[in-house]
Amino acid sequence: MAMEDRKRGQLIHLLHQAQSEEGYISANAISSIAEKLNISEGEVFGVVTFYKAFSLRPQGKHKVTICMGTACHVRGAPLILDELERTLGIPAGETTEDGLFTLETVNCVGACALGPIVIVDGEYHGQVKSREVRKLLENTGENLNRLKEQ
Amino acid sequence: MKVTNIEKLKEKILKSRDKTKTWVTVCGGTGCHAYGCLKVVRAFQEEIKRMDLADSVGVRTTGCHGFCERGPLVVIQPEGIFYQRVGVEDVPDIISETVVNKKIVERLLYQDPQTRQTIIHEHDVPFYSKQKRIIFGNNGLIDPTDIRDYIAVDGYQALSKVLFEMTAEEVIEEIKKSGLRGRGGAGFLTGLKWEICRRVSSPIKYLICNADEGDPGAYMDRSLLEGNPHSVIEGMIIGAYAIGATEGFIYVRMEYPLAVKNITLAIEQAREFGFLGKSILGSEFSFDLHVFKGAGAFVSGEETSLMASIEGQRAFPRQKPPFPAQKGLWGKPTNINNVETWANVPLIIKKGADWYSQIGTRTSKGTKIFSLVGKINNTGLVEVPMGITLREIIYEIGGGIKDNKKFKAVQTGGPSGGCIPAEMLDLPIDFDTLTKAGSMMGSGGMIVMDEDTCMVDVARYFLQFTQEESCGKCVPCRLGTRQLYEILTRITKGEGEEEDIKRLEELAKTVKAGSLCGLGQTAPNPVLTTLKYFRHEYEAHILRKECPALFCKDLIIYYIEPERCVGCLLCLKNCPVGAISGERKKVHVIHQELCVKCGACYEVCPPKVKAVSKYTGRKKQTILKKEKKAKE
Repeated sequence: MAMEDRKRGQLIHLLHQAQSEEGYISANAISSIAEKLNISEGEVFGVVTFYKAFSLRPQGKHKVTICMGTACHVRGAPLILDELERTLGIPAGETTEDGLFTLETVNCVGACALGPIVIVDGEYHGQVKSREVRKLLENTGENLNRLKEQ
Repeated sequence: MKVTNIEKLKEKILKSRDKTKTWVTVCGGTGCHAYGCLKVVRAFQEEIKRMDLADSVGVRTTGCHGFCERGPLVVIQPEGIFYQRVGVEDVPDIISETVVNKKIVERLLYQDPQTRQTIIHEHDVPFYSKQKRIIFGNNGLIDPTDIRDYIAVDGYQALSKVLFEMTAEEVIEEIKKSGLRGRGGAGFLTGLKWEICRRVSSPIKYLICNADEGDPGAYMDRSLLEGNPHSVIEGMIIGAYAIGATEGFIYVRMEYPLAVKNITLAIEQAREFGFLGKSILGSEFSFDLHVFKGAGAFVSGEETSLMASIEGQRAFPRQKPPFPAQKGLWGKPTNINNVETWANVPLIIKKGADWYSQIGTRTSKGTKIFSLVGKINNTGLVEVPMGITLREIIYEIGGGIKDNKKFKAVQTGGPSGGCIPAEMLDLPIDFDTLTKAGSMMGSGGMIVMDEDTCMVDVARYFLQFTQEESCGKCVPCRLGTRQLYEILTRITKGEGEEEDIKRLEELAKTVKAGSLCGLGQTAPNPVLTTLKYFRHEYEAHILRKECPALFCKDLIIYYIEPERCVGCLLCLKNCPVGAISGERKKVHVIHQELCVKCGACYEVCPPKVKAVSKYTGRKKQTILKKEKKAKE
């Protein structure tokens, strides 16, 4: 019994792996993990949907994350989020239809001196102003006008 | 290499080091990383090579120095010369002037904004000189990826002392005597917690380090794991010895990739040196550690949820008792402490409980690391003795409020805490005074708010957070936080009703009383403290539909003052939605029906012109009416 319990303790670790390899948790990943740990797919699914780290849908080519921690909030992060949502045409948590951008919020990355912070493809941008948002997104090399046409 | 004599090893390490060597230490914390410190490190390495100085000069990437506001930070050792905001372009000057010619590069020195004096040494900078950095101080001296650096500053000596000179009971007694209380927020006596777990008899016991630092605005645990991981590991091994634990876990938040990396590497090195694994330092004691990466759920910072998460379950909290000490991870007795608590342990053993308990107040001993963030001049991590006043932290260490604005409140304790108003600036800070003020210590986040911060919006912000993070197990938490959030949102939109304040107060009581874990029990605190200290702001929103801080979007308008506008086109060009019309040298006008209130015009209007204003309440109505009339 104890061994079985310890085995289940692998679940979150395996999900992290699947998420980073495929960019999301596919149906295949769920069933193979369930089989490996000898638990039901339903149980795996329950854990996947509980934690923010795991996504059931493929992520965009570029990941845009905005910190919504308290320090960033009082320094104007909500205005930056508005601008990101308006420019990309999607609410936070979604991916643009063409699969280019995923917009996410995070509750503090602990770089509060730089707030408000936007992280584009892993690169931190500090003290962002709403008027700089478009430029930040354009620096990925993508044509933002295409987003509007869709 | 398995170590048996730590003292000898330290001597060997020190001997092998060239004492005449100059060290360029670069802060490698997440803040400085974001400023681009890695490029600076590379530039130093190349410059040293180019100048053929490798024999006499070394570069060391250290843990976080704490003064994030001024990063990237560079300190030249052994002189302790402190350079701030260092860019790649400054590197050749630092090498040729300071390192070779022993001269100061004036432009990179810190200047005290009050006295205008430049300061050469790190310890003379007011930000540091008022602190007591007994836990955090080594961060700036050691390379966290090299265990020998930690050993060189007396690391693992406390472990050796415990294993060979003390019984488990003596260790617990020492920790109890020190008065150390849990730094995760609740402030339970650490020694007592250990004793309870020690007394449960079981062949298997677990130890956990809670590094799921979820409070937004708090990042001291991350900086300890990143900058001095071995102090946490050493504390845990000592704890394991005292309690009789066989295996331990460090549960780290996934949002901290560098912390995960550094602590994982540190565990490997500790194992290699024989500080972890079988028969530690040649003694009969064995213990090993694993890193567990969290998956992004705030509630997993609650101890029973955290254990569920390690077990591969959804992070639901459960009823206590049984407490983790009786029935924890996989049903076994488990002791769980926070990162900073663990980091205090080696120091107490090394210097003694009597020394330690001199620091602090009657009920709260030692120091506390706070992250001082928000509308403050010197953002950063500060370690201060318990009992220091808020005024000293904010004005003397923090350098006061940004842009000389007026201080309004400080928020402590994250989503479980509350807002403390300006009238209480002279409050000595410890576990009990903060709780009495309606807030709490929490993990040590201190978010400073100024006159531009709307307190109703702050309460709304925290309730948005908690309603999203509520795991959903208890109905009052799941639905109650949602209702609180919706009422607060309505108020910030100008749709508040007179009865709303009463509704908020009643609901807050219900959520507090009807929730199983700390998340729900404390979630209403931000509402209750803002209602207690800033009720007039609620009343302004509800009764007069105005936001006194000019923050709530739906209650304000942006307006260009015709008599001030010089017609420079700046705002017009920067408006993302084309809501501003005008021509060069002619007064510009904001079309209110198009304006999305992003504030770009307000930001770009030159300070000398200052033509864009924000209005709320009656003034806003007057302007809107006037504009409407003009159109007709």
